[in-house]
Order: sequence, then C-alpha cells, then structure tokens
Amino acid sequence: MASTESEMGAVLQSAVVVQKNLERRNQMWAFAIVGFLALITIWSYAVDVRYVYLATYIWFGLIYGMALQYGRFCMASAFRDLFAVGVPRMTVGIIIALVLFSLVSAVVTGAGQSTFHPLPYGYQSVIGGVIFGVGMVFAGGCASGSLYKSGEGTVASWLVILSLSFSQTWFATAGGWLNYFVPASWTASAAAKNLPAQLSPTNGWYNQYMAGYIWNLPATTVAVLTHIKNQFLADFVGNALINTILPAVLILAVVYVFWYRKSHLKNIAKSGARGWRLELLGCWSMISASRRTAIAGLVIGVAAGLHMWVIEGLRHVFGVINAGELLKAMGHTSGLSIQDTVFDPGYWYITTQEAQWSGWLLRVLGFHEMRNIFYGLQNGLPNPLLNPPGWMSISIILGSSVMARLSNEFRLKLPTLETAIWALLGGALMGIGARIGIGCNIGAFFIPVANGDPSGWLFGLGLGIGAYLCVRFYNWWINRRMAKEDIF
Amino acid sequence: MAVQFKKEAEGIYLLDVKGYVCPHPQLYTKKSLEKMKSGDMLDLVFDNPSSAESIISMCEAEGNEIMEKGKDANGMRWRIKKA
Repeated sequence: MASTESEMGAVLQSAVVVQKNLERRNQMWAFAIVGFLALITIWSYAVDVRYVYLATYIWFGLIYGMALQYGRFCMASAFRDLFAVGVPRMTVGIIIALVLFSLVSAVVTGAGQSTFHPLPYGYQSVIGGVIFGVGMVFAGGCASGSLYKSGEGTVASWLVILSLSFSQTWFATAGGWLNYFVPASWTASAAAKNLPAQLSPTNGWYNQYMAGYIWNLPATTVAVLTHIKNQFLADFVGNALINTILPAVLILAVVYVFWYRKSHLKNIAKSGARGWRLELLGCWSMISASRRTAIAGLVIGVAAGLHMWVIEGLRHVFGVINAGELLKAMGHTSGLSIQDTVFDPGYWYITTQEAQWSGWLLRVLGFHEMRNIFYGLQNGLPNPLLNPPGWMSISIILGSSVMARLSNEFRLKLPTLETAIWALLGGALMGIGARIGIGCNIGAFFIPVANGDPSGWLFGLGLGIGAYLCVRFYNWWINRRMAKEDIF
Repeated sequence: MAVQFKKEAEGIYLLDVKGYVCPHPQLYTKKSLEKMKSGDMLDLVFDNPSSAESIISMCEAEGNEIMEKGKDANGMRWRIKKA
C-alpha cells in the first residue's frame, strides 16, 4: 500500500516536473521571439534610420497578433457560430471592438493623421464578401484569424495562408479564359484610360476589373457626406455615430432578441429582475460574456488608430507618401511598381501583402513580370524581407505565438486530410473574394466600417450571406457523415 | 484520422474530432448531443482551442454541464452531461 502511494506520488511529481519544463520552454520561446524582433529592429535602425518605418509595422503586427490570440478574435467565428451553433459571443465582441475602434479613428481622422482611403462603393463588395464568407467558413478562420491560429501551431491555418496567397496572385495576374468573363464596357473603359501598355490594361480579368470598373466608382466617407464643417464633429457624428455605432447597436439588438434572449433570460430572471430591468441585465450579460474578445477589441482598436497616426507621422518626417519612395532612396529598387510604390496601406491590413509573397516567388521563378495593374502599378513586389506590411503579417503570427506560448496553448496540430482539403479550398476562395472586394475581413470590413466607409457594411453583408450558405452546407455534410455512424 | 463517434457503454458516448478545426468540433458536438438522451455523457476529444470557447457557450445556452475539462499534450478531453 505504502509502495503504491509512493509510486503515485512519484508519478504526480514527474507530471509536475514535465509541466514546469513545458512552461519554462514556452516562456523561453516567447522571449526568443520578442528578442528576435527587437534584434531586427535595432540592427536595421543601425544600418539606416529609415528602417524604422518597417519596424513600426513589425511592432504593431506583434500587438495585433497578441490581442487576436488573447481574444480568439476571429470573424469567421463571429458569423459562423451564430448560424451554426447559436453562439453570439464572438459577434458581440467584434461589434464592441468596431465601436471602440470607430471612436479612436474619429480622433485620429479629426487630428488629420489618418491614412485611411475609402473603398469604391458598389455591388462588388457584397459579391466579394459572399465568396470570402464561404471561404472563411471552409477554412475554419478568416484572414486575420488564420494568422493567429497559425501562431498557435495549427498547420491547417498555414495551408489557408498558402492557398490565400497563391489564389490572389493567380486571380490578379491571369488572362486566358478569364478574359471571356470581361464585359465589353470594362475593356473600353480600361482602354480609354491610356495606361502604359506594359501593364496590359485590356488583357486579364483583374486588370480590366480595376481599370474598367473599380476606378469608375465613387468612394467617400459618411463624415464627408454630412457636410459638417467642424472636422472633429463630422468624424464623430458621420463616421463613428452614423456609420458605426448606430448600426452596431441595431445588430446587437437583433442578436440579443433572436439568439441570446431565449436561452439566457430564464437564468437571469432568477435574480428577481422583471420588465425592462430584466432586459437590460440580459443585454449586459450578453456583452460581458464577450469580455475577452472585447478587451482584445479595445487593444486592437487603440493600436489600429495609433498605427495610422505613427505611419502618417513617419511619412511627414521622411517626406514620403509611400514606403516605395523610402526603399528607392535606400537603393532597393527591385520590385517597385512603375510609380515607384509598394503596398503600404498605413493601417492594419491582411491579404495584399500575403498575395505578394507568392507573387514575389513566382516572379523570381520567372512565371510573370509584373505586367499587370495589381503588382505593376499598385502594389509592387518587394523582397519579402523589405516588405513592411509583409512583416506585419509575419509578426501577427509571431505575436500570437508569443501569447499562446505564455498561456501554454501552443501546440503543433496536424490536420486530417479532410481538414487540409477544406483549408486549401477555403483559402483559395478567400483570396478571390478579397481581390474582388478589395480587402478581407479587416481591410474591406473592420477598417472601413470603423472609418466611416459604408462599403465596409456591404462587404460585411456579403460575409454574413457567405457564412450562412457555408454553414448550411456543413450542416448537410456533417448530418450525412453522422448518419453513417449508426450507433443509436 | 477521421471523426469517431461511438458508444462506449450504456449512456456514455465518445466523440473524437482531433485534427479538425472550427467549426467541425462544435458542430459535431452539437449534433452528437442532439442525438443523445437526457443524462447521457459525452466524452469529447479535440485539439482545436478556439472550438473550446464556442462549446462552453453552447453548453451554457443549452444547459448541458461540462463535468470535466481534461487537458494533456495531445489535446483536450472533456466530459459533457446532457441536460
């Protein structure tokens, strides 16, 4: 008996030692990652002070990654879990984050430090959103969600990013049979713009979509539409209140009535509250249940606002409007667009820089020569080591990894074959949806909505429709699979 | 590795969704619990941390009780009692 007890004690003790070793190893990894980014920052600063522009993207990326992992901030989850399992937690968290970010953005815009440019307003935002919405549910995470899940060690999310990257490059550069789907009006409009022939403006679906359709659309913010003279007031009333807060309150009310109230009010009624007091307590319970996501949203909202402010400040200091000019001045001319620019949104963005990874690789391998609008005119194809937003995506993965290590949640998780196929399919659809919608769940939804651009809501509507359709498909698929397991 | 859903004993079921990412673990859990009777137990084996949050919220809303939350190097093993 005594021997059994001592054996059990030894087993427990060794389990504690294993756990402690794991925690120590995780902490060391977290410090190593942050140390690596610090070294890059210091070394590049020592080489040339202008690399601080790149470092800015790195450190904001790290903050985004840490916050995303902490709040498990995923827009696929926000739309999907509502329809699939009736859980509104993430929806509520993201709506709260939008409200907070809209307030920060109004301050930044009012101070004249915003880098935001509204997106073209048109039905393509809904179509892009639907394709992206279907893709993100297949993929098991949105564009930003897949980055943070990659940092947690989910290999399926690595496949999503790979597929998202290549599908964008294919879609933005392909000609051939895709040309059959180009309306004649787009070709005529693209031709009328007299773009340099080296960009092939009248060849390729995406080239003609951009030059013959997208560039003809209006783009504005609600603040501008209000015609309020005081800039601060216009930004707060137009962008924050009308474009973000009022729709957000409406969405929260719908989510409360249709998803939360029925299942939770009975429990809250035990407190003795009745009538309006009961409903208010219900609303508060719904909001506070999303506390972790809301905290992440607060951090992201403040960081995203500061990010715009800092980048705009650096542009003033260096006298540039795009990182391409800095790269050129430092002697890095390879991969610049014909305007000497590179992709440099000046705020949180996800998909374009990831397209550039595959675009750069395929260019190095000789598959294309930037003879297109997406790379040749707009975004360039800088070396990934010199790509500021590219570094942001890398440090989002690393930031998430730091957070996951510190909470001992990091683990390399291999996908099943089925999961891998869904990941590749979902990533490809997200890539195509992002190019049509000119952004992902961040660049075409989160950032525009909070910056007074109504087209963000159009993309959001598309995300909702796409997520709903894919959830319907998965319901059918899983029912079919479960029916085979005849155990009842 | 594929989804496993089997009866382990009378009133005790095993759902193994290791290697699956969102939304599969939460959807399979929901559908398994729907098929089970009140008082039955579900042993849920999964390794996708994001699904954990959704499953907790789902169980809270449905009144199902999470009796155990085991975690080891291979992932999570939870026992859920159907209300």
